[in-house]
Amino acid sequence: MVTIKETLNNACEELFLPGNSCCAGCGLEIALRWAMKALGPKTALVTPACCLNVVIGLWPKTAPNFPFINMAFAAGASAATGIDAAFKAKSFRFPDQDWDKITTLVFAGDGGTTDIGLQALSGAAERNSDILYACYDNEAYMNTGIQRSSSTPHSAITTTTPFGKERFKKNLPRIMEAHEIPYVATCSVSEPLDLYEKFKKAKNIKGCRYIHILAPCPPGWGYAAEDTVGMARSAIKSGFWILYEVENGIKKISKPSRKYADPSKRLPLIEYLSKQKRFRSTTEKQIITLQERIDKRWKVLLSEIDTQEK
Amino acid sequence: MSKAKEFVQKKETKIIKGNVAAAYAAKSARVQVISAYPITPQTTVVEKLSEFVDGGLMPGTQYIRVESEHSVMASVIGASIAGTRTFTATSGQGLFYMNEMIHWAAGTRLPIVTTIASRGAAPPWNIWADFSDVINARDTGWMSAFCATHQEIYDEILMSYKVCEDHDVLLPKFVAYGGFILSHTSKPVILEDQDLVDQYLPPLPDEKGWPQIFIDPDRPMMHGNLIMPSGFYSEFRMKIQDTLMKSKEKIKVATKEFEKIFGRSYGNGLVEEYHMDDADVGIIIYGDLALQMEQAIDDLREEGYKVGMTKLRHYRPFPTEDIIEVAKKVEVLGVMDRGTAFGSPTGGPVSSDVLASLYNTGITTKILPMMAGIGGREVNVEQQKEEIKTLIKMKETGELPDNLIHGTLWDGILEVK
Repeated sequence: MVTIKETLNNACEELFLPGNSCCAGCGLEIALRWAMKALGPKTALVTPACCLNVVIGLWPKTAPNFPFINMAFAAGASAATGIDAAFKAKSFRFPDQDWDKITTLVFAGDGGTTDIGLQALSGAAERNSDILYACYDNEAYMNTGIQRSSSTPHSAITTTTPFGKERFKKNLPRIMEAHEIPYVATCSVSEPLDLYEKFKKAKNIKGCRYIHILAPCPPGWGYAAEDTVGMARSAIKSGFWILYEVENGIKKISKPSRKYADPSKRLPLIEYLSKQKRFRSTTEKQIITLQERIDKRWKVLLSEIDTQEK
Repeated sequence: MSKAKEFVQKKETKIIKGNVAAAYAAKSARVQVISAYPITPQTTVVEKLSEFVDGGLMPGTQYIRVESEHSVMASVIGASIAGTRTFTATSGQGLFYMNEMIHWAAGTRLPIVTTIASRGAAPPWNIWADFSDVINARDTGWMSAFCATHQEIYDEILMSYKVCEDHDVLLPKFVAYGGFILSHTSKPVILEDQDLVDQYLPPLPDEKGWPQIFIDPDRPMMHGNLIMPSGFYSEFRMKIQDTLMKSKEKIKVATKEFEKIFGRSYGNGLVEEYHMDDADVGIIIYGDLALQMEQAIDDLREEGYKVGMTKLRHYRPFPTEDIIEVAKKVEVLGVMDRGTAFGSPTGGPVSSDVLASLYNTGITTKILPMMAGIGGREVNVEQQKEEIKTLIKMKETGELPDNLIHGTLWDGILEVK
């Protein structure tokens, strides 16, 4: 088995530099650092409005040591499509240069992906634009002060759902699967090796690729900064967040999640929820509702895997 | 893409629609990335370009079929940041929908050229000539030009790339013309020899891209990160205004050079005068109505009236200095808008700007703000002659017409109960 140390030795140098202004325990930072280790310096990153616009540092400070393009909220996938088109046009004019070997990456929050940016993302996926779109999902509009997004889970308290959200989390990876793009994967900041391998794989696939990363947020979820990795891991252990990938339509549960296909192996959901202040007013009935949802998702996912393996 | 050999344009005259002229101009300019979304009456511009690109006539050009106008401008911005010559076209609602990205393009200082087949704003639905769309984008930092003829559409697009890509300018530009009236009618248009166009236009950006902004992993650059009020934000804004005002000279030079190479002249580029030198009554007018107004002026001159007109070619930057000179020449000056600026001093965007331009100059010329052709309402030559006669009467009596609406003459307006 490859260890984190071995992977780090093989990975490229650090591209998201110290001196950034992430909150302590920021899930996004772990996600971006590992993604960039996998993708390397020949990457152009587009970021629509989200925490990342701010944590890169206020001008003139800047943490990314690679081309970084701040973009309007709804325009992540579309701006990236234009950049990729320009690289292709440039390789036509300068065939001896490597313009078409640059990875055009979008790194966007859940608001910019599942809400305001969804139309552009869907357009890019349908066109099969040659871009890699990553959503770091901290399950609310954290940058503007913890407002609900369509990716906020049921029952979670946010500043715009003071008594808990009444609707379920939008299942965006599944929406992206429905676009029949070459690659869809889910990741978690608690499983950096899995994340690293998925970005490595995605880098070498042509067309529209989508990776959805669960990235816990200490101030937004209400837990201590040192618990981010543990929180993300509990999400997997409880079955709340499932790691899987869909490559050319073939769906596979990823290793860190496989064991939790068996409900008896799962961490009781309450142990995941009770560590977060955002679920402080969640009732027993709501926990049952959330649990039913998790069970249903697993059932659907497993049934799809069975069908495809036959 | 088909493997057809690149078609090199030789000088020829084709009878084509205004929209097709726009597409040929983009082809002549060798644009590298096109992004488009259909909207009436612009659509045939991008249909024609699809034929060119998929037919192999524009080798290397990337054509992105996006899902909305917001994505049109976002993708063109991305492509321009990455150092390519870009083009798109839109109309009315489409331009409104991309408004956020319009600001973004100018703020990033990108030389994007966008044609607008102008149409009225909904509701109620209106798809006919009305410049309220491009006027709505006036404070964004884009340059904007109005075209009066089919040939001018082709020519102005080429001149626009020349100005936009000047390293002392680097700002985007709209080229607007009346929907249907120019977009969907056919006229002879001279398509220029590719070699001459190449000679006129700046070379395509090299591998390094634009001087101020680029995407290059070997030269990592941060684009547009958050800046505190004590940072250079105010200065960036000031520079956009400064550059726009200075671009007037660049427009004049580009127009003169165009005339030298291709033999067609457009006044000084900012305005084009018609019988203004000895006129005592004049009118400022823009777009296709200006072409028709030439006929009205000719007719009235035959009747012995000393009348003239000034065609406004650029709306942004606003040619304040030229407007002052025009106003000095006449006793009464009408300003005819085909587009609305609700709640402004006159209700008309250009007439409001004309009044602002003359303040503190000591000029006593009487100004009559006028509106006509809103939402594509027909305006004929006879009507335009009557408009000028209203101005002549103002000169003779020294009095304003008595049918003004908040100080403005709405010509051809129906009675509203």
